[in-house]
Amino acid sequence: MSVLIHKQTRVLCQGFTGKQGTFHCQQALEYGTDIVGGVTPGKGGTRHLDRPVFDTVAEAMVAVQPDASVIYVPAPVAADAILESAAAGIGLVVCITEGIPAADMLRVKALLPASTRLIGPNCPGIITSGECKIGIMPGAIHKPGVVGIVSRSGTLTYEAVAQTTAEGLGQTTCIGIGGDPVHGLGFIDCLALFEADPATQGILLVGEIGGVAEEDAADYIRAHVSKPVVAYIAGTTAPPGRRMGHAGAVIAGALGTAEAKKAALRAAGVTVVDSPARMGRALAQRLAR
Amino acid sequence: MRLHEYQAKALFAAHGIATPPGVVVTAVTEVAAALTTLATSRCVVKAQIHAGARGHAGGVRVVAASEVAAQAQALLGTRLVTSQTTAAGLPIDALLLEAPVTAASELYLACALDRRAGARVVLAGRQGGMGVEEGTKPISRVIDTLRGFAPYEGRELAREIGLAGRAVAAFGEVVSALVALAVEHDALLVEINPLMLREDGRFVAGDGKIEIDDNALFRQTALETLRDPRQGDAKDEEARERGLQYISLDGDIGCLVNGAGLAMATMDLIAQAGGRPANFLDVGGGTTAQKVAEALHLLASDSRVKVVLVNIFGGIVRCDLIAEGLLLAASGLGRALPIVVRLVGTREEEGRRALAEGGLLGDVTQDLEEAAQLAVRRAQEA
Repeated sequence: MSVLIHKQTRVLCQGFTGKQGTFHCQQALEYGTDIVGGVTPGKGGTRHLDRPVFDTVAEAMVAVQPDASVIYVPAPVAADAILESAAAGIGLVVCITEGIPAADMLRVKALLPASTRLIGPNCPGIITSGECKIGIMPGAIHKPGVVGIVSRSGTLTYEAVAQTTAEGLGQTTCIGIGGDPVHGLGFIDCLALFEADPATQGILLVGEIGGVAEEDAADYIRAHVSKPVVAYIAGTTAPPGRRMGHAGAVIAGALGTAEAKKAALRAAGVTVVDSPARMGRALAQRLAR
Repeated sequence: MRLHEYQAKALFAAHGIATPPGVVVTAVTEVAAALTTLATSRCVVKAQIHAGARGHAGGVRVVAASEVAAQAQALLGTRLVTSQTTAAGLPIDALLLEAPVTAASELYLACALDRRAGARVVLAGRQGGMGVEEGTKPISRVIDTLRGFAPYEGRELAREIGLAGRAVAAFGEVVSALVALAVEHDALLVEINPLMLREDGRFVAGDGKIEIDDNALFRQTALETLRDPRQGDAKDEEARERGLQYISLDGDIGCLVNGAGLAMATMDLIAQAGGRPANFLDVGGGTTAQKVAEALHLLASDSRVKVVLVNIFGGIVRCDLIAEGLLLAASGLGRALPIVVRLVGTREEEGRRALAEGGLLGDVTQDLEEAAQLAVRRAQEA
């Protein structure tokens, strides 16, 4: 078992014939992902990576019935690409593109139907270990297992994955929700999915400074999550008011500081590690109890 | 991208929000002509820097017109340190000279992005000015992204914060103009604090703060000319031009990391080990050997940096290629700089072997905590 995606998930790629789309789809195919085709306006009717190319998602929907779409198009047109997939009825849209204007994402958020789940933007994507990889994460560090991972960060997610693999725990599904202020699935959505998934025995939550998503997640965990949760919050030493790369990681006042987030999570029964090197070990200890 | 107060006020005026009569000067020689234009006996002298809390720091002064030139002489070309700047402060290259405005009261008004609501919000408070953070919290109203902000909502807000009479309609107009400005210019924040309410029920923007969404600058090309690179750290700007995410900090350990989250985590580890990071630097999750090399040069050109900690999680990017980039860059740094390298992920063994064979003078480890501890020790030894 896993959440959201599995071996049979049929994946479409928007921005298929571009450099990013081509490279990451090759990697995904090598991982065993069922990429059923791609969309590049103007190149419909051709073939790429031995898969059909369509001009629109609507046409791809009729021809190859994808369950999910992954987006590698440039930032100025990415919001439109998300809405195109949603309008065609695709249930899961994973937007890797970074640098999308916040106003565009506000519009997406307002228009996205409840029948479409969005992951990202500005995220590594989602992977179910050993089954299906949708995104830019390195497949080799993942190993099928029992941990569900949800993270706002990219490479820090890989640390979490590598550590759970090294501990022999492995992962069910790993979801990078992205660091942008306006995004699709959040911590709470993912916590609910992992709680409901029988194969997931423990959850690793990787947060960072800024916003109050971790505080909200803590409230949710206290009320609804029975599985052990380990968390790490990046940015304890970041100076207030400075933006640390992610548009999301900026502290305003006392809200959104690493200390506030850690305290909220600890109060909800979460094991919070102060060192990013100890995420896997801490979860192994929680699961051994 | 932040705008100066005078730039924000020009946008306010263009959207029909009243501002005090004002003139910008960049040299003492311009003061006389500015005072003639303003025709005022008393004058507000406001240092134009990209930080708040200027009033407490002596960056806003109300003086007689005859004293303005002396004040300009004292302020221009210096740096202003406020509670919101680093210890080095920010350069005062321009002053906004304004005729004083008499206000019956001072309010707070802003339009901001609320990530929890996934929408823009209007924040309105009866108490503005320098004490807004201690006073009554402003109330907020979520703006419906698709429907937009209706004029009546501004009047409702006016009543909710206790305004009456002519001020109700006038406030509504200011709020509508503020929201329109934010939407039109892709602003993440537009703030008027204080929003001055005059005896006659009209409003004047006493100050202005605007932050434009960097991701939207491709379609806000007219605003790009308002960028003031001198208000940012010189290294921050150089890094921005090279496509690196860089922020200067106060320590002596240079950090070179791929990914913003991992970069913050690396800074945390350095602090836990008793050291101080000189910077935040994200070369990008899927970085290249060339970017790593450029980043290393950027760090080495900072004389405060005593040691560089390289922390790369090679995912899509191969560690052996990163190692090549590091070797190439390290050979041309022009100074002996200890380097601690943590290189893990795809082809990590090849990468570490390349570093050893290439004779990189530094420590190489796989362990995240050990890397931070080594960097702190090397900085103490240097």
